[in-house]
Amino acid sequence: MIHVLLIIFLITLFYMAIANRLMTYIKVLALQGVLLFFVVFIQLNEINTLNLILILLETIVFKSLAVPLFLGYLLKRNNITREAEPFLPNFVSLVITTCIVVITILISNTIIDDHLDKIFFVVALSTLFFGLYLIATRRKIITHVMGYMVIENGVFVLSLAIGNEMPMLVNLGIMLDIFASVLILGIFLNKIGDVFKDVDVDQLSNLKDY
Amino acid sequence: MIGIYLLGSFAIALSLFFSRNKLLVYTLLGLSLLVQALFTIYAGFHAGEIELIYFTYDSLGMILLVTLSIIAIPAAIHSYIYIENHKENPQARAIYLSSLVLLITAISAGYLSNHIAVTWIFTEITTLSASALIYHHRNKLALEGTWKYVFICAISITFIFIGILFLSLSLQHTGSDDLSFKNLLARSNELNPVWLRMAFLFIFTGFTAKLGLVPMFTAGIDAKDTAPAPAGALLASVLMNLGFVGIFRFYIVVANTPLLHWAQLVVGSAAFLSLFVATVYMLKVKNIKRMFAYSGIEHMGIVMLGVAAGGIGYYAAVLHVVLHAFVKSSLFFQFNQLYRVFQNKSIYHIGNYFKYNATGAMVLLLGFISTTAMPPSGLFVSEFLIFKSIFDTGHILLLVVVLLLLTMIIWSFGKNIFKILFIPVPDFDEQNIEIIKPWESVSQFLLLATAVYLGLNPPPFFVQLLNDSVSLLPG
Repeated sequence: MIHVLLIIFLITLFYMAIANRLMTYIKVLALQGVLLFFVVFIQLNEINTLNLILILLETIVFKSLAVPLFLGYLLKRNNITREAEPFLPNFVSLVITTCIVVITILISNTIIDDHLDKIFFVVALSTLFFGLYLIATRRKIITHVMGYMVIENGVFVLSLAIGNEMPMLVNLGIMLDIFASVLILGIFLNKIGDVFKDVDVDQLSNLKDY
Repeated sequence: MIGIYLLGSFAIALSLFFSRNKLLVYTLLGLSLLVQALFTIYAGFHAGEIELIYFTYDSLGMILLVTLSIIAIPAAIHSYIYIENHKENPQARAIYLSSLVLLITAISAGYLSNHIAVTWIFTEITTLSASALIYHHRNKLALEGTWKYVFICAISITFIFIGILFLSLSLQHTGSDDLSFKNLLARSNELNPVWLRMAFLFIFTGFTAKLGLVPMFTAGIDAKDTAPAPAGALLASVLMNLGFVGIFRFYIVVANTPLLHWAQLVVGSAAFLSLFVATVYMLKVKNIKRMFAYSGIEHMGIVMLGVAAGGIGYYAAVLHVVLHAFVKSSLFFQFNQLYRVFQNKSIYHIGNYFKYNATGAMVLLLGFISTTAMPPSGLFVSEFLIFKSIFDTGHILLLVVVLLLLTMIIWSFGKNIFKILFIPVPDFDEQNIEIIKPWESVSQFLLLATAVYLGLNPPPFFVQLLNDSVSLLPG
C-alpha cells in the first residue's frame, strides 16, 4: 500500500512538469500533502500516539490546507497571471524529469542497505532534484516558492524512512518546514507582491558589482 | 549557565523588539553586551564542561566565542553611530537592535553546540535574524537582497537537514541514534561509507551558504552589500565562522574514517573554485562593499585549502579564520564612514579619501595591508603556514596557480584601495561633506592591532587552544 502511495507521489511530479497553470501546481501540492498524510499513517506505526497526531496534523493541516490556500490567496492578491511561464517547453521538462527519476533509481541500485526501503530513497531524491529543476526553469518568483515546497515534501518522505527509529528527526523536519515556509511566504506576502508589481525573476537583478 | 545566558539574551532581544524609548533601548543593548562578556568569561573558566547535554565549552568553540564577544562590542558602538546618523525611527531601531542581539546569541550557541542537529537549529535562527538586519532599509534593493538571502539559506538549511538524515542512516547499523559529534567520532569506523559520503556532500553544500564558498556563496555577497555596514561586519566575519564550525566539526568525524582522502578532494576542489570565482569577481567589481565581501570568499577558500591539505594546515586554518574575522570586520566598520563622506558605494565616485578623513584613510590602508596578508599582518603567518601545508602535500602546480590567483586579487584590491585613498574624483562637491570624528576609527585600529598581535606573537594559551581544537584530526 505504501508503495502505491509513493508511486502516486512520483507521478504527481510528472504531472507538475507539464502543468501550465499555477492553480494546477497548487492543487498538486495539496494532493501531495494528502498522500503524505496516508504514508505517515501507515509507515509510522512504532512511535507514540501524541507525536503521530502532531505529524498527521502537520501534513493535513499545514501541507495540504494552509499552504495551498495561502498560495491561492497570494495569486489573487497580487494579480499574478495564471501561466507558469517555463523557460523550456513542456516536452523537454517531461524528458528531464524522467531522466531525474531514472538516475535516482540507478543510484539507489548501487546502494546495499537492508535497513532502508529503497522506494523512499528514490522518491525523496527525485522529488528533491525535481524541485531544484522547477526552481531553475520557471520565470515567476511564486513558482520558486512552490519548487521549495516540493523539496520540503521530498525531505519529509526521506525523514519518514527512518521515522520509526528516530522520531526526533521527523519533528525537526516539521520544524524546518513550518519555519522556512513562514519566513519565505511571509516575505512574499508582505513585501515582494507590494514592491515588485509584476513578480518576475528578471526584476531581481538590481544588485550588481558595478 | 548557558541556559541562563540563552534565556537572558532572548529576553533582552524580545524586550528590545518592543521598546521605543531611546535610553531604554541602549541600556538593553549594553546589558546584552555585559551578558555576552560574562558568559564568555564563565565559559573560559569551565573549559571542557558539558552543559544542557548539547553544549560543550571546547577549544574551537571557545576561540570563536571570544572572537565574537570582542567583535560584538565595536558592532554595538557602530550600530549606535549608524542609527543616530540616519535618525532612524524608534520602530526600525528596535527591530535592528533586537535582531542584532538575537544574531549574536544564536551564533554563540551555534559555536558551542556539540550536536549536529543543534548547530543546524541555531544556523536557522541566524538566517531569521540576519534577514531582518538585511531588510533594515525597507527599499527595493534591500528587499531583493533579503529575498535572495532567505531563499538560498532556506534551500541550504534543507540540504543540511538531508545530510543529517543520511548521517542517521549511516549510523543506523551501529544501534545508536545519538548524533553528537563525540558519538560519531567514537563510532567513526562503523559508519556506513556510502551514506556518510552523501551526508558529507549535503552538509558541506548546505553550510557553504554561511561560510561563503562555491556553490552557495552568492546569497552572502548580496546580504553583506545590502545590510547596514555594522551588521554586514558581523555577517562577513563571525557568521562565516559559524559555517566554518559546522563544516569543520563534521570534517573531523569524516577525517577519522577511510573517506579522508575523498573528503580532502571535495573540500579542496570547492576551495579552489571559490578562490577562482573570487578572483574573477574581484577583477571587475566596482562596488567597494561587495569587493570586501568577495575578499571574504577568497579568504575562506584559502582556509578550506588549508583544511584539505592537512598537517600544519589545520592549525593555520583555525588561526586564519580568527584573524580574518578581526580584519574583515574592521574594514566593514570603516566602510560606513567612507559612505558618509562620499554618499556612494561605487569606486567611480570615491577618491582622495586622505584629504577628507585622514584617520579613516589610515584604517583602510592598514586594513588593505592586513587583508592581503602582507607582513606585518597576522594573516601573513597563517597564509604562509597554509601554503607550506600545500607544499608538503606535493601539489606544487596547485600552489603555483593559487599564488597567481592571489597576486591578481592583491593587484585589483590594491588598485581600488589606492584609487580611494589618493586619486581625486572629478567634479566632486566638497562643500557638504561630513567631518568624521577620529575616535570613531579607534575600534578598527584596535581590531587590526589584535590581528597583528595574535598572528606574530600568539600568547601561549592561544596556541594551546588552537592545538587542542585540531588535536582530533589525524596526521
